[in-house]
This record gives sequence, C-alpha cells and structure tokens, in this order.
Amino acid sequence: MTSNQIALAYLAASVLFILALKGLSSPATARRGNLFGIAGMTLAVLTTLSLVHNPALILGAVAVGGAVGAVVARRVQLTAMPELVAFMHSLVGLAAVFIAIAAVNRPAAFGLHDPLPAGNKLELFIGTFIGAMTWSGSVIAFLKLSGRMSGRPIVFAGQQWLNLLIALTMLGCGLWFFLAPETNWTGFTAMAALAFLLGFLIIIPIGGADMPVVISMLNSYSGWAAAGIGFSLGNPMLIIAGSLVGSSGAILSYIMCKAMNRPFLSVILGGFGSEGAAAAATDDGVQKTYRSGSADDAAFLLGNADSVVIVPGYGLAVARAQHAVKELMLKLQQKGINVRFAIHPVAGRMPGHMNVLLAEAEIPYDQVFEMDEINSDFPTTDVALVLGANDVTNPAANVPGSPIYGMPILEAHKAHNVIVVKRSMATGYAGLDNDLFYLDKTMMVFGDAKKVVEDMVKALN
Amino acid sequence: MTVDPIIFYLTVFVLAVFVGYHVVWNVTPALHTPLMSVTNAISGIILVGAMLAAGSAQSDWGTWLGAAAVALASINVFGGFLVTQRMLGMFKKRERKDAGR
Repeated sequence: MTSNQIALAYLAASVLFILALKGLSSPATARRGNLFGIAGMTLAVLTTLSLVHNPALILGAVAVGGAVGAVVARRVQLTAMPELVAFMHSLVGLAAVFIAIAAVNRPAAFGLHDPLPAGNKLELFIGTFIGAMTWSGSVIAFLKLSGRMSGRPIVFAGQQWLNLLIALTMLGCGLWFFLAPETNWTGFTAMAALAFLLGFLIIIPIGGADMPVVISMLNSYSGWAAAGIGFSLGNPMLIIAGSLVGSSGAILSYIMCKAMNRPFLSVILGGFGSEGAAAAATDDGVQKTYRSGSADDAAFLLGNADSVVIVPGYGLAVARAQHAVKELMLKLQQKGINVRFAIHPVAGRMPGHMNVLLAEAEIPYDQVFEMDEINSDFPTTDVALVLGANDVTNPAANVPGSPIYGMPILEAHKAHNVIVVKRSMATGYAGLDNDLFYLDKTMMVFGDAKKVVEDMVKALN
Repeated sequence: MTVDPIIFYLTVFVLAVFVGYHVVWNVTPALHTPLMSVTNAISGIILVGAMLAAGSAQSDWGTWLGAAAVALASINVFGGFLVTQRMLGMFKKRERKDAGR
C-alpha cells in the first residue's frame, strides 16, 4: 500500500472509533456501535500488517494476547468489572512504555530520524511518563478493587511534598534526556522509574469508595498515553483514538466528582474518610434509636405496597445479590406492584456498575432510573428498599456543615416507608452516621443482602 | 514556507478532543461501564505502534519488547471488545407480553 492509502485507511478506522462511542448514546444502538469499533480496529491492524517485516512474530503475539483477552472477557464475573477495567488500563500503560523504549532504541523502525530530534524526544518523554504512571497506578487500583490490598487510604506525613519532589526530579531527568545530544539512556531510565514510583504513590492514599474517580482518571491517562505515542510516531489515528479515550475518562471523572460534590483535586489528594470517622465518633453523644425487623416483616410491608423503589449500592455487588433481586422484582410484579430501580451515579466501584449488574440479572433497563429521573417520585412511593447503599441516601447532605453537604442524594427518606438492608449499623465510606436509619418510618433489616432478599422472596410466597 | 508536522498533529489532537467531548456527553449514564470497557479496547490501538516496534527490518532486543507490547495491547483489544459485547447483550427492554407478569 502507498502511504496515502495507509493514511486513508487509518482515517476510516478513526471514524469507526467515533461511531463506536456514538452508539453508546442508547442501549438500542450500542451493540452496533461496538461492531463499528471492532471493524475499525481490524482495519487498523490489517493496514499496519502490510508495513511490518516479520508478520509471523506479530500474529503470534496477537494470538497469545487475543486468547488471554478472550478467555478473560468470557470468564469475568460482572461484579468484578472494576478490577478488569483497572487491569486493562495497566496493560495500555505498560505497552506505551515498551513502545517508547523501542523507539528510543531504534528510531528508524518507526520512520523517525536517528539520532532523535528534540521534538520526538519530548513526545517520547511525555508518552513514557504517562504510560508508566498509568501502569503502576492501575496496578494499585486493581489490587485495591480486587481486595488483594486494603481499600483504606494509606497516608503519611509529608506525602504530598514527597510526591511533588519525585515529580520534579522526574521532570528534571526528562529534561536531561531531552537536552542530551546523544541517546541518554540514564536520564530516560531514571525518568521512567520515577514515573512508575509516582503512579504508585499517587493512588495509595485514595480510598475504596473514591475508586469510581480513580478508575475514570486512569482511563483518561491510558488514552493520553496512546495519544502521546501517536505524536511520537506521527500517526493521526493514534492521536484521535487516544484523545477520544482521554476525553471520555476525563468527563467520567468530572461526572463522578460532581455526584459526590467534591473537587477533583481533593479526591486525588486522597485520605478521605479517615478524618470523617474521627469527627463522627465525637458526634453528639446522644444514643439514637432505630427499629429493626426481620426479612418476613419487610416482605409483609413490600407485599402491601402499590409502588416500590429499590436503591442498590455496593453491598449488592459484594453479596452478588442481583439475581435474588430479580426474583423479588418478579414476585412483587405478580402482585401488581410497580417496581423500579433508582441508581446514584457513584453507586458501586465504577461508573455504571449497578446498571450492568441489574442488566446481568435480566432486569429490563426501562425499569432502571437515574437519580434525576426518579428523585421527584419518592414522595409518592410506598416503600423505598435500600440494598447495600449508605452515603448516597444520607439526608445529612442537605444539612449545612455536614462533610457531605451539597452532595446530590437519592431522596429515599421521602418515601412513605423505608427498608434498609445492611450488614450492621457501621458507617459508610464518609464515616458518617446516616440519619435515614433513625427515622420512625425506617426499618433496618440486618444481614447479607443476598440472604435477606432470598428470605423476602420466600416470605412473599 | 512549510508548517512543522507537529502543528498538524496538534490540530488533529485538539479537534479529536472536541469530538470526544461531545460524543461522550451523549453517552447514557446506564452505559458508563460499557463505555469504559470499549475505551479500554480502543486505547488498545497502541497495538499499531507495538507492531511497528516488533516489525522492524533488523531485529534486536527492541523487537522482542515490541512483540511483548503487541501481546499486551491485544489483551486489551480482544478483552475490551468482547466483554463490551457481552455486557451490551444483557441490556434488554421489557418485553411487551411480559409486561404484566
């Protein structure tokens, strides 16, 4: 192929990637969109295959990676999607670093001038440090999300200063690499090593429930890393695809922060929840009372309702209760009860986590509502059933001075009756008592979400 | 007078960010998880760079590094698209005849 034909094929692939994202504007068009994405990737890879000298090695490597990817995609539990996504971000980051190293080693393989001109060095430097930070940050996010490492924030004195010092040293090494007339491996390696370390240090102070922001941010980084490599290689398709991913992750981070009413910077600096817990402990000293009931009591209340809104949270994912919830929904619908689901943007450990779990249990998506769509309906709802959600229903968000003041919440407290299924009275991530639990109309049902919901279904028979 | 290619790439970059911004704001929040998995797959486009590294005319250790990058990026491409397809297949509307169940 001539270089013009190659460029045109890459342009077509870029358009297909845009169509893939555009398809996601509705569940009805999303599958077709994904097929556009697959077509774009196939076109891009086949086109590139005409440029390489040893297709056998490359196809072998694609087969190995593809087989691993296919097995993982088939086997993964949907409750584990956050881990999978974090794992895949890390791979993009590491691949970007490998490519940058290969480009520094042999610029000619990429059609670059040897020795590397200053502009290319700068681009490779940017691609490498973003890639390295994406890799180590995502590994930590993966370990935290999969429970292999505690989700608690790890904070120590002078943490931000240490990070700043490392960042500046890293930039210094990058500058050294950039200014050296020859290929300065020492500067390049030191810069990459410091970037790995920084990615690790930046994620450890961020706690479990802030993971939706972290994972979106790393999603964004992985896109910018791809775009950075695109600049180095002078490949507009990589720039376009990388920018799409980069802006997607950035927008998701923004949406998540907005849904927690916290500035992006404060989430990223981490440590949230550790101070809040101390504040709550010294709260007011007044013993508040709550009403607890059994699954049978809750089932009785549900069975006599006309309308029920179910509020799922991370507890549902942990207990893998989505299929039990589907049974409960069918049972209630048989009695002619209107059942709907209300989802807070930060429920779960990644954006849209709850929607996927409910979809897996074959709960129709037109019964699942976003916060803004359903909040005005709570006052006319007979029973709000809160399953493993906490902070996102806390009415303290309306009280000035509260640590979560201003956070948009699901207004479950406005329903006629509230049933909260929870393991214990323990506080949520924000370390705050939830006033919802102490309302006269609230019944607490303690236990594992799956077990409790199954008992409710039995009691409804 | 010729324009430095980097200006051209910068133009592409800025316009692509704008396109991404508008397209992503239109994604329905219910599909934010599939959005992340499909962007995982799309960022696997770095595969193209990895192929060039592995497919250089003379081979040395950089070739093997490139081949490793090809394998890593392929995990993303295959895993990302397949898991997205699997998830999207689960999003179903209520069937009319079932509505009264």
